[in-house]
Amino acid sequence: MNKSRKLLSGNEAIAIGAYHAGVLVATAYPGTPSTEILENLSKYKGIYAEWSTNEKVAMEVGLGASYAGVRTLVSMKHVGLNVAADPFMAAATTGIHGGLVVISADDPGIHSSQGEQDNRHFAKLARVPMLEPADSQEAYDLIEIAFDLSEKYDTPVLFRITTRVAHSKSVVELDEKRISKERTKHFHHDIGKYVMLPTNARNRVPNMHKRIVELTRYAETTPVNQIIDGDGKIGIISSGVSYEYAREVFPQASFLKLGMTYPLPPELVQKFAGKVKKIFVVEELDPFLEENVKLLGVHVEGKKHLPRFGELNKAAVHHAAVQAGLLDRANPIAEVTLVKNLPGRPPLLCPGCPHSGAFFVLSTIGKRAKVLDSEGRSEEETGLIITGDIGCYTLATYPPLRAMDTTACMGASIGQAIGLEKAGVNSKIAAVIGDSTFMHSGITGIVDAVYNDAKITVIILDNGTTAMTGHQDHPGSGMSAQGTVTEKVDIEKLVRGAGVKDVQVVNSFDVKAVRGAIRSALDNPSLSVVIVRGKCAVINRVRKNPRQIDLSKCNDCGVCVMIGCQAIQKRNDKLYIDSTICMGEECRICEQLCPKKAIGPVSGKPAGE
Amino acid sequence: MDQTKQDILMVGVGGQGIILASDILGEAALEKGLDIKKTDTLGMAQRGGSVTSHLRIGQKVWSPLTSPAEADILLAFEKLEAARWVNYLKPGGLAIINNLAIPPLSISLGSQKYPGDQEILDSFKQRTSRLCLVDGSGKIAHLGDTRTLNIFMLGFLSTFLPLDIDSAAWESCLRKQLPSRILDINLRAFEKGREEALSVNIR
Repeated sequence: MNKSRKLLSGNEAIAIGAYHAGVLVATAYPGTPSTEILENLSKYKGIYAEWSTNEKVAMEVGLGASYAGVRTLVSMKHVGLNVAADPFMAAATTGIHGGLVVISADDPGIHSSQGEQDNRHFAKLARVPMLEPADSQEAYDLIEIAFDLSEKYDTPVLFRITTRVAHSKSVVELDEKRISKERTKHFHHDIGKYVMLPTNARNRVPNMHKRIVELTRYAETTPVNQIIDGDGKIGIISSGVSYEYAREVFPQASFLKLGMTYPLPPELVQKFAGKVKKIFVVEELDPFLEENVKLLGVHVEGKKHLPRFGELNKAAVHHAAVQAGLLDRANPIAEVTLVKNLPGRPPLLCPGCPHSGAFFVLSTIGKRAKVLDSEGRSEEETGLIITGDIGCYTLATYPPLRAMDTTACMGASIGQAIGLEKAGVNSKIAAVIGDSTFMHSGITGIVDAVYNDAKITVIILDNGTTAMTGHQDHPGSGMSAQGTVTEKVDIEKLVRGAGVKDVQVVNSFDVKAVRGAIRSALDNPSLSVVIVRGKCAVINRVRKNPRQIDLSKCNDCGVCVMIGCQAIQKRNDKLYIDSTICMGEECRICEQLCPKKAIGPVSGKPAGE
Repeated sequence: MDQTKQDILMVGVGGQGIILASDILGEAALEKGLDIKKTDTLGMAQRGGSVTSHLRIGQKVWSPLTSPAEADILLAFEKLEAARWVNYLKPGGLAIINNLAIPPLSISLGSQKYPGDQEILDSFKQRTSRLCLVDGSGKIAHLGDTRTLNIFMLGFLSTFLPLDIDSAAWESCLRKQLPSRILDINLRAFEKGREEALSVNIR
């Protein structure tokens, strides 16, 4: 027996499925909800898996590996494909040699992203086929089909998942056979195919159109697209997790379940239309299926009733079905009157976070603390504008710190700071960026700042890891995705090498040093960089001598609360430190900031005395 | 009618071990040959935010998400989070709430107030009388590790599930899912949860 039943997330299923399909090279940059794909693949022997510097590089490495004839998987979150769009389009043009599958993990509802976008459009844009699994079993099964399609039709395949597929667990029957077909690992020189000079590219483009015609024929007969007959009154066209919701909402309906969502099968759609009275398209985000079905001349409804943004769920599909006159309103169950004004629970920087001290310092500079309202708004400039970036540290936007004025996309902090400066604002400008984000997209920004003489301060928060997505290694961490020691890219040398003259490196847990460095950097009328370095509190497991507040010395000034540390809490109007989560000795940020020296270790004398 | 069908919603605060508890329950259901869909909404859970874990068990499960007014059981590791999710409980469903308050930062900053026990219980009584405020954090205090709360809660929950999983099967499941150095203390926490559940009258 080669079969086994396992409870797997979509991402785990993709990793195992790719392994069983003979993938030899896998590349990615961490990004929720895609991260676990490469994490799982990196554990297999015989596979090369890397955390690439960013998604563009991941795609380029993947393309090179494919040219060498091996099956290659490149995975990223939806916005990662924006970064990788250039080589992705190039791959669509040159075609491949070994199967190349590109995973786009979209995030409807924006659980952990800077925006919402429907990456199904990329398939149409690049004229490549797209597969979409609805659960972990399909993720496992479809990934092998994706590699086969890639090789058969000389094209990268877009494999689109969403948060609810990537991160939901469901039962998978695994087939423990490993495709033994030896890959060639051989590069065939072919200038006409691989060198995209205009003359060659012009010759490749007709192939892209031809393959879509051929793939349309494939879509008609592939078992991944199927009609499930129901009572014939209502027909549902759906794919991905939306299909799961629709199956519950319409237990009697007929279904056209699409595992391949680009290109669509015109004849199959027509056949389905002939079997049912009315068709309702159930899909998340844009009316992608709906519009493409309508182009086939089939009358359907969908987004007239379904929301165009956010995640779907059973209730949302049911609500739309009632609106569309397809279902009767269910007997309503009276909503519970919730407790009034339930406090929210936004995520916060961890107790012992090395970023806390720097953000506290930034929050006190200029008039930020006085002028900004609770929503972080002010007509008047505060004297310090903080452009932010993407990582855990974006959480410093929330009160009490409110120490971030912008966050757009990976690496944007530096470019935005340059733009603000060149536009001539009156305030000083600090760009705040993490180490992994700096490697991803900050380096070109620094080069621009040097080249164009930007009078800004760049603060690089270096905690030695890609913390936000679950502590993946990166070029500055000294460790590869597969756990081998590698050359550390030295951020200090890198920025000095680019031509930054004022570079300081400080210990993130020495608040006085952090304050001194940031103040002197902001006072420098030309470009300055401060590297604030300290281990991520989740990686540094040392918890020693938790701090406590001596209430006989405390005058309730509130400074410690303004750090935004989860361990510092107030119960019955009395401040206390939760000793079960305080990091203690390795942090001491609150102790250094307390004007009354009321904070010290639970037992014994304060450290350093 | 599918007798094994159970929609369970676990809620609490990042760091309380909710995902692990629901993973273990999912594996236990898998051993029974059932279908399972499970999805966690954690945002940035490690950083002290709200965490929810949807676990749906049955002969065939489609949607991974539980729906409002359809959860058979709400297992809350913290009271404020319980209050937030009460609408997901089906009428007459079972609510198990750990009697623990973890005040969010807005409380410490003085801008908001933590709800009182009575207010929270009153909101639940609109849906069900099968309501249990359990002193999980207190009961495990003398085990010496507050991180066993999740397994205590799982033990408590286990006595209410129509899944026909006996003690030995639970133990083997815990053995598979937990590292050996913390296994013993968690087995005790699980047993403690089961004992505690048998002493309450909400069946």
